Order: sequence, then structure tokens, then C-alpha cells
Amino acid sequence: MAMPVSGVPAEAPAAQLPAGHALARVGHAIRSNRKATAGTVLLVIFILVALFPGVIAHHSPTADAYPPHLGPSAAHPLGTNAYGQDLFAQVVWGTRNVLIIAFVVGLATTGIAVLIGVAAAYLGGGWDGALGVLTDVLLVIPLFPLLIVIAAYAHGEGTIVLIMAITLTSWSYTARQLRSQALTLRNRDFLVAARVRGERNLYVIVMEVIPTMTSLIVASFLTNALYAVLLSSSLQFIGLGDPNTVSWGTTLYWAENNAALQTGEPLWAIAPGACIALLGAAFALLNYAFDELGNPALRPVRRNKRVRNG
Amino acid sequence: MSETDEILEVSGLSVDYVLAQADVRAVDDVSFTLSRGEFLGIVGESGCGKSTLLFAVAQLLAPPAHLAAGTVTFKGTNLVGLTDAQLSAIRWCDLSVVMQSAMNALNPVKSIGAQFKDALKAHGKPSKEEIAARSAEVMRMVGIDPVHLNSYPHQLSGGMRQRSMIAMAMLFTPDLIIMDEPTSALDVVAQRALMVQIKELQQTYGFAVIFVTHDMSLISHFSDRLMVMYAGQVDELGATRAIFDRPLHPYTQGLLEAFPSIHGPRVPLKGIPGNPPDLAMVPTGCRFHPRCPHALERCTVTAPDLYPVDGDLVRCLRRKDGSLPDDPGARVAKTGA
Amino acid sequence: MRYALRRLGFFVLTLWAALTLNFLLPRLMPGNPALAMMSKFHGELSPKALSALETLFGVNSHEGLLSQYFGYLHQVVTGNFGTSLSQYPASVSSVIGSAIWWTLGLVGITTILAFVLGTGLGIVSAWRRGGKLDSVVPPVFVITSAIPYFWVAMVLVLVFGITLHWFPSQGGYYVTTDTPGFNLTFFQDVVNHAFLPAMALLITTIGTWILTMRNTMITTLAEDYVRMARAKGLPGRRIMLDYAARNAILPNLVGFAMSLGFVVSGAILVEYVFNYPGVGYMLLQAVSGEDYPLMQGLFLLITLAVLLAILAADILTALLDPRTRTAR
Repeated sequence: MAMPVSGVPAEAPAAQLPAGHALARVGHAIRSNRKATAGTVLLVIFILVALFPGVIAHHSPTADAYPPHLGPSAAHPLGTNAYGQDLFAQVVWGTRNVLIIAFVVGLATTGIAVLIGVAAAYLGGGWDGALGVLTDVLLVIPLFPLLIVIAAYAHGEGTIVLIMAITLTSWSYTARQLRSQALTLRNRDFLVAARVRGERNLYVIVMEVIPTMTSLIVASFLTNALYAVLLSSSLQFIGLGDPNTVSWGTTLYWAENNAALQTGEPLWAIAPGACIALLGAAFALLNYAFDELGNPALRPVRRNKRVRNG
Repeated sequence: MSETDEILEVSGLSVDYVLAQADVRAVDDVSFTLSRGEFLGIVGESGCGKSTLLFAVAQLLAPPAHLAAGTVTFKGTNLVGLTDAQLSAIRWCDLSVVMQSAMNALNPVKSIGAQFKDALKAHGKPSKEEIAARSAEVMRMVGIDPVHLNSYPHQLSGGMRQRSMIAMAMLFTPDLIIMDEPTSALDVVAQRALMVQIKELQQTYGFAVIFVTHDMSLISHFSDRLMVMYAGQVDELGATRAIFDRPLHPYTQGLLEAFPSIHGPRVPLKGIPGNPPDLAMVPTGCRFHPRCPHALERCTVTAPDLYPVDGDLVRCLRRKDGSLPDDPGARVAKTGA
Repeated sequence: MRYALRRLGFFVLTLWAALTLNFLLPRLMPGNPALAMMSKFHGELSPKALSALETLFGVNSHEGLLSQYFGYLHQVVTGNFGTSLSQYPASVSSVIGSAIWWTLGLVGITTILAFVLGTGLGIVSAWRRGGKLDSVVPPVFVITSAIPYFWVAMVLVLVFGITLHWFPSQGGYYVTTDTPGFNLTFFQDVVNHAFLPAMALLITTIGTWILTMRNTMITTLAEDYVRMARAKGLPGRRIMLDYAARNAILPNLVGFAMSLGFVVSGAILVEYVFNYPGVGYMLLQAVSGEDYPLMQGLFLLITLAVLLAILAADILTALLDPRTRTAR
């Protein structure tokens, strides 16, 4: 049979409809794309758990008041750890810390990236060059070791330091992407029309350019949130967060410290890890679905069952 | 009943685009024949299906486009339904293709010569000398110094790129070359030069040409026969000169009236009002009726077939029964192109 | 040529930035960590080591910041990274030297493998759009690329190391029974120990390669020159590789530079979980032992390694894409 080659040309992210339409489109898009639905459902579950942890987990996460080394049971769905703490409560209450980090870092990082990326595109010339060099250098320097070094000096000062450190180092990739898109938009007709109308640059940027870049900005937020989750959990895991906060990463830290896997308490390590994986998957699925929305060529191909005429 | 001169017979060709909402028929029941050495021009507005038709004939459709019905008989063999392996014997040796934008149609990471070599080696086992000799030969045919075989596409000018595409199409001196708007990306001067070159090559080597364009004035001097497409259908098909002297279909008349004549008297330009229809929702009856100055009630009800009138084939009910007021002002679009 | 010079200049700039970060960070952090470290190790160090540390961290220094800075740069350029505190009296360079081979072996080989396999799978899955491979690949690998590295490592340890006892789950080799050397038992031992860590790295990193290659390949397959290649009757494999893949891979090589950050973080975490004696493991040991000179040295090394890898990708791109070679 003839080679199944895609004939649909890829399009660059198209201009978005104004906000009202956008919301309706998002709703429809989520329902029609399986990946988006799965991702949204997962995310909503996690958000609900973070908002109402007491409703789901009835024990305190920090009190080491229970007999240690218990296996899963009705009273303790995930058992207890070596310190006699209820694992299920730890995992449930830990959701809050992780989601806060994800959303705060996601928003802050994306915000910085928008600022720097769009400014570089619009100011041009020397500013663009300087910002570009700054972005590129930060892009190349290995992030995780840098974060380790920063966190090492900061001696585990806790979540705030974690958030700030991650935010200040992770914006570069998104800034690059946004700058690219802003540059291509700069000369599009509707923006030239705005300039000709006499609108000032700032107005053009805020009211016309940024709304057009919405899909890229949202995709960037999702990516940055995902990496915030992975980075912060990894840092907490190796002991560079505040070991006394209740979070999935810190639970993993204590599990590793007590050789949970080797001493027959696998759930201590597996459970929080699975949560990180699921939350990460939620963000990744949403991101992937967004990609497909913007670029129809990537969507699943309908299998053609027709017979060709001879 | 086929004449020994006939090399291509397209019969009832239809192409559908398989989309999420519904299937859209981009090419609807197109039939025509082509004789050896004949130059057939296909004209129409953007979106009328002419490029899709071309790819369908060459069996180059790709999803979501899908050949829904019809046959394409090339030198006695029906190409429809053949696998790529079966088609490869014919491809390029007997039938080659020239595309619109050489910048997009040439592999940007391979030199021109390497791409020629790929084509030559795909059909036979030529030696290195044979490859070099033939590549140089076709380049000279189109007037390019063979030293450019070592260049990459981005190193050549637009006109040279286009001509090297034509050279590549000539590698096996095929019987039929299909061209999809090869001049659209060029400036007016280069356009004319390219057309003259193509015509000369055609007359020297005797291959047939199917040439798709939206520029009627360009094609008028070079094609033997002309096919006018509208909304996926053939609206008029006949000898070029005849059509230009006396266009029979109201659409063709409209197209010709839209091109100013350099030689004739100054006349106010008349465009065709309205837009081509959305192929997902074609008008009932004749597809052109919303824009036709001569449309009657029955035109909105009955979909016309192609009727033979005065040596042409025309898709018009009123033309068929001779009830069209023949516009005495219809003039031939002589252009200086 | 100008392009090459600009890139080289950029690399030097980045190295300088890393050095400057190394210099500034301990001085900027609240609670002067350097001072704390120094007092911890004070009694154990030779005067020479002590003075090197003081230059590195600016402790007890009466000089201004700028002259401290130049002193530091001078020290680094002459190859003196100081003495390791946790492995005193070994110099930082020698400690790094012993660890680097383990990481190069594990990470280097796994990354290349992941790239080759991932790219290959991406090409094939895009080529057979709508086929079985293509419907399975995207969702599976979207999910695997979101799983934290250390979790995969831990699962592997649990399942294959502890429960099934198929592979060892700690260290680079059996320290108690084996002596390093060019003998077969040692070699087998190393491979055995490297297997699970390599699997962990492979599973988590391959996803990105597959997905990005598939996406660029799909876009490329829609290009006119691929259709032309079909029109010319070229054999399928040649079209897939020579016309589509060669073009599709170019943006991926550029993206390779971005992904290195993740490879590095993955390597560090995997080494940590498996106690694999490589550079990453050493970095974390240095952190917990407050061995700041070693930590800084490792940070610089990792940065250098990343830059070299990017340079290699750049060279590869220039080789594959003639458009970058002509005037820039």
C-alpha cells in the first residue's frame, strides 16, 4: 500500500480568539481530547486533595503516635513508617506543599519569562543582545547542580528558599521561546495596524501581543509547573529542603534515610513517588494535548478503512 | 477506442479530504485525455482543486486526501491502486513532476547533484560517469552551468532553482511532465523566460505537459488546450485559442474580462463578484450560479454535466440549449506577457 | 568561521559565569557558610590548604572583593581547586579524577544509547503514522518523561535488586571482594553493577528523544521535498532516512543542548540512589559533608562537561546542515 505520509502542513500557533471565546474553546478542547481529559481529571483530584486534606486523611501526618512498621490496613491505608507516622496522612497532607510550589514557581517563572522575552523582542538592539546573552548563559549552566550548590549554602532553609532558587534559575528556556514568538508577531498585520492607529508600544504589547501568545504562555506555565515539581522533589529527596516540612519529597528523603526499600517497607518510598509521577503526568498530558491543539498535524490519524477504486 | 497518440486518460477522478467533521470532495468527477506532446493548461482560482487533481493523477496524494473514485490510465496502465513499489518503475522515467516552490521541493541538506543522483540511481544502475554526464547534460538543457551541481538549494537564485527542478524532471526525458504553478514564485520577467524555456524543451523533446496555474494570461500563449476548473469541477475544456476567442462558460468569460488587454481599447475592469464556494457546502444545482450574471431558476436546481458545444466541453445549462445572450463585448485577453 | 568564534566566545563566557557564581554564592548567602565550614575543619588542615581555602572563600581576608576575585581566578586558572575537606589530604582534582570515569561510562554510554534508540523509534513511529507503534508511543512516553528519575531508580532497586536479586543495587563493584584492574571478573562485575542504574537513566531520558523526533519528523514528512522524493520513485527507506530524518533531526540536535540539564540531574539522582561512585554521588557527599571546595570543583566540572557536549552537538549540526556553514 502507499506510504502513510502525513499531508497536513504544520502551522505555527495561530492567533487566539478574544478571551470569551477562548474559555469556551478550552472547555470543548478538553472534552474532545482524551489526553486533556485525563490530565485535567488528575489535576483536579490533586487540587481537591490539597484543599481539603483533613477530609480525606483522618490522622495527623507528623504525630509519631502509632505503632511503627505496620502494613496497609483499614485504619492506615498505606501503613506506618519506622517512626510510627501514618503514611497515608503524610502523602495526603504533602500534596499541599507540592502544589503550592508547582503553581507559585510556575506562575513566577512564566511571569519573568514573559517580561524578559517580550521585552527583548520589543526593545531590540543592545537590550535584546544583553538579555539574550543572560538567557543563554543561564540556559546552558546545568540547573540541578547549581540548585544543589545554592541549597547547600542555604542550609535547608525551607520551602521559600526552594521556590526562590528554582524561580530565579528556570525562566530561561521559556523566555527564549516567548521571545521567538513575540518577534514573529511583531510584524504581523494587526500589530502594524495598531501602531499605525497611534497606539503606544506598551499598549500594543499588553493588549495585543500578549493575548495572542496565550497558548504558548499557558503551555509554558504547565511545563514550568512540571519541572518545579520534579526539581523541588528531587532537592527535598537528597535532603536539601527542610526535612521537617510535610511533602512528598521529604517523605522520600526519610524513606531513603531509613533504607525503606531494603528493610521491607517499600510503600514508604513507592507511594509518594507514585504521586509525584501522577502529578507530573497530569501536567505533561495537558501540555501534550495543548501541543496537539496548536498543531493539527500531530493529532491521532484517523485510520482510513476505505477501499480504493480500480 | 483509444488513439495511439493518447498517453493519458483520466476518467471520473474524484478526491476526498477525510476530515473530522465530514468528508470534503475537493475534485469531483474529472475526466480528460492527453495526447503525446500536448500541452494542457489547467486554470482556476485558489482552492478550486487544481493542485489536488495534479497530485491525484501523479498518485502523490497523502492523508487526509484520498482518491475516492476514478481511473488514471497512463500509457495503457491504470495507476490508481498501484503500490509505491509498482509505481516506481514509471515514476520519473515516464512521468515526472515539477512543483511550485523549488525552495520547498528540494531537499535543503543535499546538493543539487546529489538529488539528481538519487533519482538516477532509483531507476537502474548507472555508473558514476553516466550519472555525471547525464546530470551535466540536463543542466545545460535549461541553461545552467553544470558547476552548480555542487551547490545547495539555498545557494542558488530563485530562477535557477526552478530551472534546476525542470532539469531534474528531464533526467529520463519522460513522456509526461506535470507542473504545479512552477512560475508563481518568480518575478514577471523570470516567469516569461521560464515559460519560453519549457516550451522550447517541449518542442525539442516532445513530452506532454500538464501545467496548472492561476494566471490565465500567462498560459494563453503556451498551451494547446485549456481546462478551466471551478469548485472541484471542470467547467470548460477545449482548444486554448478557441476559448480565448470565444469563452463559452460564464465563469471563463468572467476570468478573461478580469485581465486587461494591452492592445485593445480601454475598458473598465470587471471582476467576478462573490467568492468560490466552501466545498463542504456547495450550492445546489450549478455551483457557479450564485456568482453567475446569467443564472436562472433552473440553474439553482439542476446540476449541469459537461456538454459538447462548438468543439468545447462546457458545464452550463444555458450554453447547452443556446439560451445565453452571447456577449458581443467578449474579447480575447491579449497580453504582453 | 565567525559563527564558530561566536560560539567559542559564548562558551568561555559561560565558564566565566560559572566561576563567578562559585565565587559569589558563598559570600552572598546568609549566615556565612564558609566560616562555619572553616571552623569545622580548622584543626585538621595544613597552612597551605588553609590559605587556599581562604582565597576561595574570602574568609579572614582583608582585601577588597575585587582583589579577592582576581586571586580566586588566578588560582583556578593555574589548576588549583583546593584540597578536599572530606577526603583530606587528597586534592580536589584527584578526587574528581577518580570519580569521573564511573560517570563517563554510565552516563556517557547511556545517553548515546538513549539518543540513538530514541531517535530511531521516533523516526519509525512517525513514518508509520496511524500504525500500532504510533498509537502506543506518544502516551506511554509522555508519561515516562514526567516520572522523577529517582523514583524509577527506586522501583528498579526494589523489583530487580531486592525482590528478584537479579542485579546488585549498590555501588560500582563489590568493594570487598574485587580489586579494580583489567581483568574479566572486574569487568563483568562493573557491568553487572551498572545495569540497573543504566536502565533507570535510559527509561527516563529516552522519552524526550522519541517524542521530539517524532514531532519534527511528522512536520518534515509534510514538506514538499518529501513528496518530490516519492514522485521520483525513490525507495522508501531512502526517503525516510535521507530526506526526512536528516532534516528532522536538526532541530533535535539544537534541543540536545537543552536536554543535557536533565541528563545531568538524572545522573546525579540515579547515582545517589544506587550509591554509584560517580561524580554525582561525590557531589552529594560533598554537600552533606560540607566539603565546599570539592563541591565547587565538581560544579565547574559538570558545567565544563555540558559545554563540551553542546560544542559537539554544534559541530554535528554544522556537518549535517550546509545552511549553517555558509555566511552567518
